[in-house]
Amino acid sequence: MGQFGIGQPVRRKEDVHFVTGQGCYNDDVNLEGQAQVQFLRSPHAHAEIVSIDTSEAEKAPGVIAIFTGKEAEADDFPVLYCLANIKARSGKPMFSPGRTALCTDRVRFVGDLVAMVVAETIDQAKDAIELIEVEYNELPSNTDTATAASPDTPQIWPDAENNTVAFYENDDPAKVDAIFEKAYKVAKVDVVNPRVMGSPMEPRSALSTYDEEKDLVTLHKPSQGVHRTWGNIVKHLPKLDKENIRIVSHHTGGGFGLRTKSYPESTLMIWAAKRLKRPLKWRGDRYETMVCDTHGRDHITHGEVALDEQGKIMAARIYVTASVGAYPFENGPAVPTFSSGRVTGQVYVIPAIHHTVRTVMTNNSPTCSYRGAGRPEAAYIMERLMEEIANVMDITPAEARRRNFITPDMIPYINNQGFEIDSGHFEETMDMAIDLHDWNGFEARKKESEAQGKMRGIGIGYFIEASGGQPEEEARVKIDEDGKVTLYVGTYSQGQGHATVFPQIIADKLGVDYDSIDVIDGGDTHGEVPFGRGSGGSRSSMMGGTATARSCDEVIVKGKKIAAHNLQTSPNKIEFEEGVFKAVDSGGTMTILEVAKIANDKSKIPDDIEPGLNERYHYDRGNVPTSYNHPNGCHIAEVEIDPATGVIEVVKYTAVDDNGVVLNPMIVHGQIHGGVVQGLGQALFERTTYDPENGQIITGSFLDYAMPKAKHVPDLVAANNENAPCPVNELGVKGAGEGGCCGAPPAIVNATLNALKPLGITHVDMPLDSEKIWRLIQNAKSAAAAE
Amino acid sequence: MSITVNMTVNGKKVSGDVEPRTLLVHFIREHLKLTGTHVACDTSQCGACTVHVDGKAVKSCTMLAVQAEGADVTTIEGVANADGSLHPMQFAFQDNHGLQCGFCTPGMVMMAIDIGKRHANPDADTVRHELDGNICRCTGYHNIVKAVIAGAKAMNASK
Amino acid sequence: MYNFDYHKPASLDEALALLKDSDDAMVISGGMTLLPTMKQRLASPSALIDLSGISNLSGITLSGNTLTIGAMTCHADVATSADVQKAIPALSHLAGHIGDPQVRNRGTIGGSVANADPAADYPAAVLGLNATIETNTRKIAADDFFVDLFETALDEGEIVTAVHFAVPDQAGYAKFENPASGYAMVGVMVAKYGSDVRVAVTGAGPSAFRAADMEAALAKNFSPDALGGISVSADGLNSDMHASAAYRAHLVTVMAQRAVAAA
Repeated sequence: MGQFGIGQPVRRKEDVHFVTGQGCYNDDVNLEGQAQVQFLRSPHAHAEIVSIDTSEAEKAPGVIAIFTGKEAEADDFPVLYCLANIKARSGKPMFSPGRTALCTDRVRFVGDLVAMVVAETIDQAKDAIELIEVEYNELPSNTDTATAASPDTPQIWPDAENNTVAFYENDDPAKVDAIFEKAYKVAKVDVVNPRVMGSPMEPRSALSTYDEEKDLVTLHKPSQGVHRTWGNIVKHLPKLDKENIRIVSHHTGGGFGLRTKSYPESTLMIWAAKRLKRPLKWRGDRYETMVCDTHGRDHITHGEVALDEQGKIMAARIYVTASVGAYPFENGPAVPTFSSGRVTGQVYVIPAIHHTVRTVMTNNSPTCSYRGAGRPEAAYIMERLMEEIANVMDITPAEARRRNFITPDMIPYINNQGFEIDSGHFEETMDMAIDLHDWNGFEARKKESEAQGKMRGIGIGYFIEASGGQPEEEARVKIDEDGKVTLYVGTYSQGQGHATVFPQIIADKLGVDYDSIDVIDGGDTHGEVPFGRGSGGSRSSMMGGTATARSCDEVIVKGKKIAAHNLQTSPNKIEFEEGVFKAVDSGGTMTILEVAKIANDKSKIPDDIEPGLNERYHYDRGNVPTSYNHPNGCHIAEVEIDPATGVIEVVKYTAVDDNGVVLNPMIVHGQIHGGVVQGLGQALFERTTYDPENGQIITGSFLDYAMPKAKHVPDLVAANNENAPCPVNELGVKGAGEGGCCGAPPAIVNATLNALKPLGITHVDMPLDSEKIWRLIQNAKSAAAAE
Repeated sequence: MSITVNMTVNGKKVSGDVEPRTLLVHFIREHLKLTGTHVACDTSQCGACTVHVDGKAVKSCTMLAVQAEGADVTTIEGVANADGSLHPMQFAFQDNHGLQCGFCTPGMVMMAIDIGKRHANPDADTVRHELDGNICRCTGYHNIVKAVIAGAKAMNASK
Repeated sequence: MYNFDYHKPASLDEALALLKDSDDAMVISGGMTLLPTMKQRLASPSALIDLSGISNLSGITLSGNTLTIGAMTCHADVATSADVQKAIPALSHLAGHIGDPQVRNRGTIGGSVANADPAADYPAAVLGLNATIETNTRKIAADDFFVDLFETALDEGEIVTAVHFAVPDQAGYAKFENPASGYAMVGVMVAKYGSDVRVAVTGAGPSAFRAADMEAALAKNFSPDALGGISVSADGLNSDMHASAAYRAHLVTVMAQRAVAAA
């Protein structure tokens, strides 16, 4: 409806700030009289703290205070407990040791917090850190997920047997075993999802200040919505009530799931501000951001499927070992279990899946949600299995999928985990992708590559998610007397463009001028948005969007009452269309702006309504298996491989996604692009690497942690299949934020294996670094020569 | 040791007392309070700190303020037109959705303007290699490349 | 970083005097290596002597068969110089692929060569193009210049003032980039001077070195095929998370072949 309505590629309002350098990020903020905070972090992966001597450091110039775990402990500083709860089938509770924000007796990963130094300047704080004498007794460590649960592996916590946090299991192994007995063929793969670092471009930082009169600590930090962080931080600080903490986020430079977490640094900043009664600022650098942000992925998965004579899956076994790092933290253990488990079978008909997840601890940073949070891993194993099915049955990869897709007549399909897949035309989406990609032209392109001495392959990555995240959200739409429209909504943008997209919904629904709409989102717990659950789990379009739409509905309901009152009729005789209230009996009209103008005038409105057009809606979709939305998509990648060096280049990429109704195609495609390139990074370059001898992090900067750059990315072709709107919300939207990194890794790995197939290579693990590929090719060639 | 450093920033003469170890990016952000230029890494990889010094794109995190003595410096705050309207490259970034969270954007736009000065009509391949010193985590670069191509054309249109 | 004194001398003599005065002073040209190191607190000079105030330390001149590049000339200027492109296009290509565009606007040949980072590009050019390094006191032949990891033949307090390259008949440079840092995991400069060929390798070992077997093979037949089956030994080559010594050894042959093809 109009050039600013739903479905239009409206350019972002908020961009003018950012392109002119007027963005306000956390480190841009300075508080009067602030002191500087820097942290001493563990240089060891695993060690006992024998002693900490801060006496010299305390005398250093400019030092105001130095805190260690002992001070924190003495002040009843709380322990940060894991917020997830994974029960084993046996009833055995999850191992949840808690984590002291500053380590007292042991450090368990390189980067673990040992001391907090407060000084007048950053350099003085750094100088003081160098004077702190810590005596460590180094202990054996382990950063290898595959061997974490082995009895010979160093134990990180004496009370956790085999470094195991919990053993999660779904479905009946005996039932699945019986089906496998009858299989015509079995396809199996073992895959690794290496540990990666989300690496948003804005480094970590925090500011805190204490207002003694109000007994209020204010914490400034980048986040994905302050309310959720607030709720979680308060759980870690029981001596403080929610009313005594205010959290503020300014512009946030990237989130990707990491910024929803309530980190120990945040709780320390709150605690220290109250104790010192002085504003504090912490500026973290990139190394710190790398070790103190939660990490992603780090799964080892064994998958097998029992096939009938048509290559249809009769049952599956998915066995996962997933590292949660040195401490189960935040919702970390929920990622490989619940978050992944909701969609284990992906878009395929799989009557029975025995799915187990052993969450284990290793001496590195805690893992938690990172873009996709369990769904990329679920898609990856299933898509690699699809390639295996194709190999084992001697059919094409597309055909393997066709024979197994959930079809539209099966929808709604209750999957093996009890989740309802309520919409989706999976085969149609795949066919759209195949067509758009020009799959048929592949053979000709391959010949061209071969003429240049390169190998070429093509691969598919299909994925589906269960999105929506936290099930409640709230919005309020207000129209002032002068016609200014304000949306207050509890989601929170770190670049997703909410300030542009939500007004599109409002402009469509209320017929108001797009440029008259401002958005205030969940960036201040004590501001004008009292409730919110932020962004995460691709929830904002459905949760924020629906709350916004229904707030608009409330505005219309009220507007009808006011219009009826002024048009001498009853509300049920008023129609509302394109911004105009019309009495069907008399034909009299009032525009919404005319209604807004008088809405605060008690003499002009019915006695029984509140003045003003200022309507709130609290949307609760219920946390039930039918209430999620299911973005899905078919991604196709083509790669060229230089056999002389093993370098892989992604040379062609197509994504056809089903995000339901597309609110703003420019923004949706931007989200797909971003996710795809994070997935490309995971497939080709990114792996958090540790020295196996001593657990030292080797990839502690961008010199070694290879982030994808513009030259690594081809033209990305993105399109949408809008034939399957989401039935759960009246907008029909599905999330769009995380699909890219679900589809890209399998598409790229499958394309690589397709290229290498003529050499008899059937498996490779991410990241597909050049030496790994070169060696595979060399070994295959030598083996062939030896025959 | 304290040194008084003098330079022109966004057309204005400025001076400040700095330590020799004060990085140009910190002089810009903290002394001049121009916070559009950002620090995003420790090792001079990411380019979020890119400014122009004497007409060349440089990483201000890898320069001392004293090394810019007497120089002509332009930051992101200084590229819009005098009447406040956007520089063609700034407009191109908005028009092509070349940013999401905006953190890498100032450095990206400064580098893009440098590209536009040297290439009147760059192709995608050229742009991708010219952005070797700028990392973005949000956009996947696709729209940034489109923005730079459009912005470079617009910058050179009247010539 | 730690504190230090800062000086910007107007002449080379002044710079030399300042260097002599202090044990821990260092010169700084572009600072593309030195400043990141100081930011990590891994280097702590008591004073920095900024050479950018000294005139006639930068510039490019082509004179007969010698291409002279002043020590303070930045990589971008070398890459875009008409003289360099005409005389030694391989050198222009090498300079144009150092780091990234912003780094190339500040980094200098003098700084790169004096620092001798094992993964820098210029050492391959210096060694491969039979350069002479001119300092404030003497001229040092390329073959004598690179000694070991971050170690050159320069004396304490000696400053590089210019690099003189011998213009070859043909030359080519091929580099295999580290996917994270962009540094040379292996970079090979191949240059033909009459019946002699020089093959210089950077990135693979602790310092730049020449590959004698490859030189001999190419002298007989200057074509990529001539290098088939010839490789450098993996012994003593660098090994890290990005590339093992054996893989680097292999890449040396591949990059040498590509350098010849580009020549």
